[in-house]
Amino acid sequence: MSSATPTIEKPPYRVVGTRPIRPDGVDKVTGRAIFGADVRLSGLLHGRVLRSPHAHARIKSIDTRAAEALPGVKAVVTGHDFPDPQNKVAASGEGTVNLRSLAHNCIARDKVLYFGHAVAAVAATTPNIAEEALKLITVEYELLPHVLDVREAMRPDAPLLHDDLRTNEMGQRAETPSNIANHTRHERGDVNQAFAEAAVVVEREFRTSMVHQGYIEPQNGTALWNADGQISVWCSTQAPFDERNQLAEILGMPVSKIKVTPTEIGGGFGGKLSVFLEPLAAMLSKKAGHRPVKMAMNRAEVLAATAPTSGSYIRVKIGADKNGCIVAAQAWMVYEAGAFPGSPVDAGAGVIFAPYRIPNVLIDAYDVVVNKPRAGAYRAPGATNAAFASESVIDELAEKLGIDPLEFRILNGAKEGDRRADGPVYKRIGFIETAQAAKAHPHYSAPLAPSRLDPEGKNPAIKRGRGVAAGFWFNWGGKSSAWASLNPDGTVSLIEGSPDIGGSRASIAMQLAESLGVRAEDVKPAVVDTDSVGYNDATGGSRVTFGTGWVAWRLGEKLKQQLKARAALLWEVTPDQVKAEAGVFSCNGRSITLKELAGKLDETGGPIVASDTFESDEYGPGFGVHIVDLEVDTETGKVQILRYTAAQDVGTAIHPAYVEGQLQGGVAQGIGWALNEEFVYDAQGHLLNASFLDYRIPTALDLPMIDTVLVEVPNPGHPYGVRGVGETPIVPPAGAVANAIYHAIGARMTALPMSPARILEAQGKA
Amino acid sequence: MARVWIPALLRGMTGGQSEIEVAGETVGALIDQLEARYPGIRERLVEAGRLRPNIAVVVDGTRSRQGLRQPVSEQSEVHFVPAISGG
Amino acid sequence: MNKIPVQACINGEAVVFLCEPNQTLLEVLREELGLTGTKEGCSNGNCGACNVILDGALVNSCLVLAVEAEGKSITTIEGIAGPNGLHPIQQKFLEHAALQCGICTPGFIVAAKALLDHNPQPTEEEARRWLAGNLCRCTGYDKIIRAVLDAAETLRNT
Ligand code: FES
Ligand code: FES
Repeated sequence: MSSATPTIEKPPYRVVGTRPIRPDGVDKVTGRAIFGADVRLSGLLHGRVLRSPHAHARIKSIDTRAAEALPGVKAVVTGHDFPDPQNKVAASGEGTVNLRSLAHNCIARDKVLYFGHAVAAVAATTPNIAEEALKLITVEYELLPHVLDVREAMRPDAPLLHDDLRTNEMGQRAETPSNIANHTRHERGDVNQAFAEAAVVVEREFRTSMVHQGYIEPQNGTALWNADGQISVWCSTQAPFDERNQLAEILGMPVSKIKVTPTEIGGGFGGKLSVFLEPLAAMLSKKAGHRPVKMAMNRAEVLAATAPTSGSYIRVKIGADKNGCIVAAQAWMVYEAGAFPGSPVDAGAGVIFAPYRIPNVLIDAYDVVVNKPRAGAYRAPGATNAAFASESVIDELAEKLGIDPLEFRILNGAKEGDRRADGPVYKRIGFIETAQAAKAHPHYSAPLAPSRLDPEGKNPAIKRGRGVAAGFWFNWGGKSSAWASLNPDGTVSLIEGSPDIGGSRASIAMQLAESLGVRAEDVKPAVVDTDSVGYNDATGGSRVTFGTGWVAWRLGEKLKQQLKARAALLWEVTPDQVKAEAGVFSCNGRSITLKELAGKLDETGGPIVASDTFESDEYGPGFGVHIVDLEVDTETGKVQILRYTAAQDVGTAIHPAYVEGQLQGGVAQGIGWALNEEFVYDAQGHLLNASFLDYRIPTALDLPMIDTVLVEVPNPGHPYGVRGVGETPIVPPAGAVANAIYHAIGARMTALPMSPARILEAQGKA
Repeated sequence: MARVWIPALLRGMTGGQSEIEVAGETVGALIDQLEARYPGIRERLVEAGRLRPNIAVVVDGTRSRQGLRQPVSEQSEVHFVPAISGG
Repeated sequence: MNKIPVQACINGEAVVFLCEPNQTLLEVLREELGLTGTKEGCSNGNCGACNVILDGALVNSCLVLAVEAEGKSITTIEGIAGPNGLHPIQQKFLEHAALQCGICTPGFIVAAKALLDHNPQPTEEEARRWLAGNLCRCTGYDKIIRAVLDAAETLRNT
């Protein structure tokens, strides 16, 4: 349950802040909602992908003749069936993607770069036949040396993944090829001098493993390349418009020929921002005589060959003066990009010291390719790795200075006017308020939560501890378009293009309802295909309730203006004389309800519709501060979370239940990352744990209730004060858990996951 | 004059200077002025007439979508930062 | 391959279908019978998205062969709501916002139904233990557990 900490008087909203049942709810609790794998088309074929068993190899030849001859097989494709796009950079989520890399990631050309890299695909009348056909494809590989570790990959003698990759340093390309794709540096002041003068300095190095978003619905895509050259794609995606652009480039077709219909989506967390199967399904459809082809990954494929997020190596050094003021901070960060450049290391560098006011800063960030799947975005991409490192060091500094860890964070916390470590000055932010809310929460002053493993308190091997950590995320505004039409019964149909991944139909409809003056239930939202609504950026970057919600607010205002004009017509006054309040229009003692007015559309000039498109830059970042109590079984190394509280400046919570849900979900993912989750590769680069049995995400039994504190500091840049909330909550947990483990067992954990084996090792028991 | 923060990796071109006052009404104009003083610096920021795709410009604390056309004022503070990616 | 005829009772209706000997119940429900409310998250018994109730027992339909359904009674998510509307578990999932993306929801609701059929008054710990076979990546389980405990109370009072 949530305790709200109202920091300012909220306007008297009627809809905003309530908890209506989501419009798509009944379909989702009865099994009627159509997810990607539920799409049915007549004459449907089933596609399967042949994947590389090697981490790095040259493809000498592919023989598909036997597969093509198998009865029931309708088409086989390899990399040679696709055009080779230029190096071109396109928008993807909050960032960018190189379309040539993406094309080569969807299906290998001359080289496979990781275990699971697609090399061929088959469409057949049944999934079984397609599966059989894969076994009949012969691929001749020439094995190449591979590299899995980022720091090894940086060495000049490391095996190269791409002969043409040169290190980019702010627009300067190195002379010789390298696995280091990019180097970024942020520098302010003089860290060396500041460290020399500091009273306390802590320096440590940290490692984290590649982890996966772990959405429960595997990637899928159904495509029909019609005989008239029109391509229709149905898929589970966070970004239908980005995917349309990607498909256009990968297939060599204009966007006007491509329509992407987003189905319901079973989780994404950044992992469904780009295409994997869709181009293969489209090309198979074309080759199979324009029959629709459906493809879906199995769990092993999802884990081995989609877009997990980077493992990393991070060195952090922070110094403070004797009063506890941080004087300098330095970080050296290397992130695995996987097989193609583009790890979220720059985001990591942007967030690593973001909650704090620090006069001297030096951050070096390296994006390095290795023979693993192409790294993608995962909820506040790059930030959890970074905060694990920095928040561990912050905790240690506070301890050395003898200052309460939350007090230390408040003392050094950034506020409006302070400079971010990467340069720019903060506008209105709510970090201090959030840290204060966490400090004031009963959890922080309560005794440690009771043990679950040892309720009687008799086992000396069970040790308990409490930890805290902070986190930051940029958030994003992005472009949104939508339209709305008023129905004769006073309800509104709202047509939007933001896939609803966690209840956004509700939070967007509510903003239109608030501005127009109708009930939430009176707005009927629909998420439609790319031909049926204007451009929308991805559902990602915590932007939809902010950005698409903003458009919904404007649509409500536009409808209201038109209704005022209709009322003015009835009363023979001018529209500006008409007042609108909570769905009632009035002027000089006369009044008419919105419903009545909607019933008079025909006699006052016909239908009323509104459309709009908008992008705001005023999204503002979000901060979270988390508190965790946990226990460690020092004999087995097992950690059990006992109590968890997450405080966050959420702006205005439109639908508080879904805001709490975002915090709770982010925390759960962060705890999984902290304690269990990691990709395990053998020396040959084969992924060893490509199942939910071995890649263990938290279950209901692993977690307690997750208490949330919604610190509502309204965002001045949004009509209802909305701020993105989805990503920040995954940032603090790893640091908070590491600090709690330290306070339980007295050992600093410097690698994720903090698995039982590592905990035993940290205690010298391995 | 607007104050431009020179990215750390370009300070080799400005003799180590990290902040430079430059006249101009848009980000593009500021870069032209910088180029006049520090030849070669434009190329590091601009490609094919646009900001490089992995660089974003932040003016007065807000990341701009207008790139080189972003207006700046006399008091503006301008940063070139990596275009981050999110999920 | 020769197809085998199977007779079963699905959501209260007698159904006859043909299946291959190696087809799973999940595949047949989804592909042959069009009951796509039962979801596939892993196909190897680790996520619970495919939960159905088979003769009163909660099973992962991806681990059950379709031929094993012969003569059995099966409840899928499509059979949970009654003629008068949503089942209290479904209603409580909506009221508590116990779903975000909703892909795990059918499995959780079927599993919760099986739990409450067995144990009308579960403790939080018992509910967590029972539902530990169902993975949800969105919610952190908090609201799911609350919805199930609240539904149990509603059911006890009706
Ligand atoms: S699909 Fe059956 S348990 Fe996951
Ligand atoms: S609501 Fe998305 S997996 Fe449970």
